Amino acid sequence: MSEKTTVAITIQGLTKAYKNNKVLRGVNISVQKGSIFALLGSNGAGKTTIVKILSTLIHPDGGSAEVLGLDVVKQAKQVRNHISLTGQFATVDEQLTGKENLLIIGALWHVSDRKEQADKLLEMFQLTNVANKRVSTYSGGMRRRLDIAMGMMGQSSIVFLDEPTTGLDPQSRLAMWNIVKLMSSLGKTVFLTTQYLDEADYLADYIAVLHEGVIIADGTSEELKKTLPQGIIQIQFNNELDLKKAKALLDEYPIRDDKEINTLNIQTDSSAKAFADVLNRINEINIEILKFTPKQPTLEDAFLILIGEKKEDV
Amino acid sequence: MRYSKEGWFLRDSITLFERCIMLAFRSPGAIGLAFIAPASIMAVFVYVFGGALDIGDVSVVDYIVPGVVLLTIGQSAAPISVRFNNDMTKGVIDRFRAMPIAKSSILIGHVTATVLQNVISVAATIGVSLLVGFRPQAGLIDWLMAAGIMLLYIIAIMWLTVFVGLFAKDSEGASSMMTLLGTLPFLSSGFTPTDTMPVALRIFAENQPMTPIINSVRALLLGELLDDRTLQLALFWCVLMIVIFYISALLIYKRRTTK
Repeated sequence: MSEKTTVAITIQGLTKAYKNNKVLRGVNISVQKGSIFALLGSNGAGKTTIVKILSTLIHPDGGSAEVLGLDVVKQAKQVRNHISLTGQFATVDEQLTGKENLLIIGALWHVSDRKEQADKLLEMFQLTNVANKRVSTYSGGMRRRLDIAMGMMGQSSIVFLDEPTTGLDPQSRLAMWNIVKLMSSLGKTVFLTTQYLDEADYLADYIAVLHEGVIIADGTSEELKKTLPQGIIQIQFNNELDLKKAKALLDEYPIRDDKEINTLNIQTDSSAKAFADVLNRINEINIEILKFTPKQPTLEDAFLILIGEKKEDV
Repeated sequence: MRYSKEGWFLRDSITLFERCIMLAFRSPGAIGLAFIAPASIMAVFVYVFGGALDIGDVSVVDYIVPGVVLLTIGQSAAPISVRFNNDMTKGVIDRFRAMPIAKSSILIGHVTATVLQNVISVAATIGVSLLVGFRPQAGLIDWLMAAGIMLLYIIAIMWLTVFVGLFAKDSEGASSMMTLLGTLPFLSSGFTPTDTMPVALRIFAENQPMTPIINSVRALLLGELLDDRTLQLALFWCVLMIVIFYISALLIYKRRTTK
């Protein structure tokens, strides 16, 4: 077994295609033991495919993936002893009670004190008062919590959560965030996928951005923000026409517009020279600037600039 | 401590069998409806049509019991197929497959639960028929042979159920594919002698698998003479269905669980 290493998951050059659709095109990821890792990407980026490969459900076409030094293809059986998977959709038995759901999973993990374990998890996930009610009476948030509790029955050290908060109301989402932090505090390695930048920003120790089957950036939340040139200048105009004129003048800068508030987000190296250049160009054609704000890039800016997703003019 | 050993295989299969049985008894559709529908059909045939049916010396209830038994098995197949389909399409299978348990114990859990569920509903159907006047004339050997044929049929339908559960894209698809099975016994010798049917229907009814199975069970239970050809045909159909659906189900199961 892997002795002193601090790495929980290593992925190298991972590829996977479905027919002609190349879902993964050489993915490299490294996840530290005990950390919360967020794989950030939009729908169809390939997040679920990576989770399925890591949890031994599907085989990659190329490259390698290891969990605790065990190859997910050649040593799949051993890998399964250490992982738990909570998929995108709650896989709970509606006709059974919450506790029965947990006990079945506990039996399959051969947990000897599964009743105590189940009670403990029900309490931890605030489900004690509905423990003996059928899951069909549960709310979406309760189901999701039970689903994750079932994943913890086997006391696996590595937990995969595929979009744990998708479709949850804000309150349940917050509860789920607390659960993820709690898991981490229990020493588990959490590998989660998300479409939400604020979620990755809030939860993750380390973030990798997946886009069209490749990791286009990775680092801590702070690092990701820093990989960008320092400053975003935000300029608000009186109307859309002014905005369009200004945008045309500034086309060599990475730029993103928000037409609803007639605002341009211009990415610069935050030097005084760049500031002056931007303002001079706008002044030259006598457009009035309503509001001028230099600001720190948010993760959303980082993400949008990284994937080159600009809102195009119509 | 939690590491799966080969010896756990049997225990995991039992756990998953128990899960299926719990699900079956909790969902009103599975056993309840499968039992109520044949019971009410029996009541209709015996008390409503009974006087008008001309089937010779045999009493109506004695005549229709084998047909109702096959109907019961067909009726309970639909919800079972849906249950299996749900596990395959709604991520349950992924949760189990990511755990250190044998893939085959998932299938075995479903299969054994299905057989037990069917045996219970067939026994209940025969119980009801005894209440409404079924008077079998069978000796022990006849009973055992009849039970054997019914069990073979249950196993054949069980594999068909598993196959449809795997094959259907969703639970609605699975359910509608299985409704056919619930109506086929009417197009057999189960409820009326085939010689009263229009020609096209008669040719179908006389040659479909259910007819020799029903005729064999009926002859055995009523102590009538069972000719070898009918029995051979009944066994042939059961074994053929088992082989075909077993192989197809296993092929799809393999394909669906290794990508």
